[in-house]
Amino acid sequence: MEAAEKNDTPLLKTALWPIHTSMGGKMVPFAGYDMPVQYDGMGVLKEHVHTRTEAGLFDVSHMGQAILTGNAEDPAIALETIVPGDIVGLEPGKMRYTVLLNDDGGIIDDLMVTRWDARTLLVVVNAACKEKDFAFIQSKIGSRTKLQYLGDRALLALQGPKAEQVASIFFPDVLKMKFMESVKTSYKGHEIFLSRSGYTGEDGFEISVPEAFAVEFTKELLQEPEVKLIGLGARDSLRLEAGLCLYGHDIDDHSTPIDANLKWVIPKRRREQGGFPGYDKIKKQLDGSTFILRVGIRPEGRAPIREKTELFIGDKKVGVITSGGFGPTVDGPVAMGYVNSDVAKTGTKLNAMLRGVARPCEIVALPFVKTNYKKD
Amino acid sequence: MTKILFSEDHEYIRIENGVGTVGVTDFAQKALGDVVYVELPKIGASLTKGGQAGVVESVKSASELYSPVSGEVVEINSALSGDPALVNTDPLGKAWFFKVKIANENDLSGLKDEAAYNDYIKGL
Repeated sequence: MEAAEKNDTPLLKTALWPIHTSMGGKMVPFAGYDMPVQYDGMGVLKEHVHTRTEAGLFDVSHMGQAILTGNAEDPAIALETIVPGDIVGLEPGKMRYTVLLNDDGGIIDDLMVTRWDARTLLVVVNAACKEKDFAFIQSKIGSRTKLQYLGDRALLALQGPKAEQVASIFFPDVLKMKFMESVKTSYKGHEIFLSRSGYTGEDGFEISVPEAFAVEFTKELLQEPEVKLIGLGARDSLRLEAGLCLYGHDIDDHSTPIDANLKWVIPKRRREQGGFPGYDKIKKQLDGSTFILRVGIRPEGRAPIREKTELFIGDKKVGVITSGGFGPTVDGPVAMGYVNSDVAKTGTKLNAMLRGVARPCEIVALPFVKTNYKKD
Repeated sequence: MTKILFSEDHEYIRIENGVGTVGVTDFAQKALGDVVYVELPKIGASLTKGGQAGVVESVKSASELYSPVSGEVVEINSALSGDPALVNTDPLGKAWFFKVKIANENDLSGLKDEAAYNDYIKGL
């Protein structure tokens, strides 16, 4: 869900910055923050595999957390005027992935919305987009809602098959939670927002903790032998294998949810009733008028095919890669990109032009790695 | 008599009887991270000093490999295609990339010896 951003201003630090540097994090600028891309003694490959087999701990505190309350009504009513998802119907303790849309139906950002109660939603947006998003929300629905930025909270993601076992040591409630459920709980007197969610394709949790408690809490998590810190490098390879979009790459303000193959974010009621930006265009696309579509692409051989690589059938350019790299669990190159709708079928053979050489690729179903969500 | 020299692009060249064995330094492999793919020049290819001779890809990114000298490629290390991680585990040994017949010994004059290279990377 994230996008890198060039910035000349001094880099911000999350509350966990001292842990990253003391644990050998290789720090890089990301979305205006000084963030760990990988850690000494691990590296992207090991960190990726650790998350798929044990429990990986990610600092995602750079993302924007905010509470949206309604002035005189359910804030979901107002929020539905700028997102195409079913927010009104979201029950307390449930969360949903959705997108902010511009008037052309283009995606301003992707985000998670959690319902706490009839008057309160929690939203979590991408780091690089948070100022833009919050200004947009304010301008569109600011007269009906109040948006409170939670600038004093850190956000941790604990992901992988051992995440439940580890989280249950701190929060016994997790054993009752399913994918995309959320609770407000506490630990050592600190208020914690806990959800069973993440962005790796694995089971896991996102844990929002007060910044003042973040270092102490992280050190406690790291005491568990299953838990290791994981950097942004593996976060990217994990989400790519899981077929999940990276904002600013796989989706942006030029792609609609239909182009992006995210049709599922628009439920039946919203498809029929509309009431969100770009509805006319999206309705036409839903009726079959599409030009491009996001697909999974599996290059043959071992060479990674990366972002901006063009795709051809014969001499005809039919698409472009938007995310690509090496999938450690797949043990080979994996990619996503946009292709013309008329060729966007699983099994279509394409050529990626890599450094002047045509590399055979095939359109494949996403995800590349079976997801492991706790659905029941 | 062999000697080893280093470029500011972090390639090494080990010279023996007019043939240079080229690879990347330990500093380079640490900066690259886990190497997952290596593209080598073809045997017989004519390389230019400072020109592209191959590609090293880590999980995160692709980096160009430059030839520290001009000359003809006489051998490539095919072991790297099967096990690109050798670049991380043994950069100065098993993970050599190619051997080049050095066209002009003057190309070596701009390269650094081990002590000078170590000083250079300390300043980075």
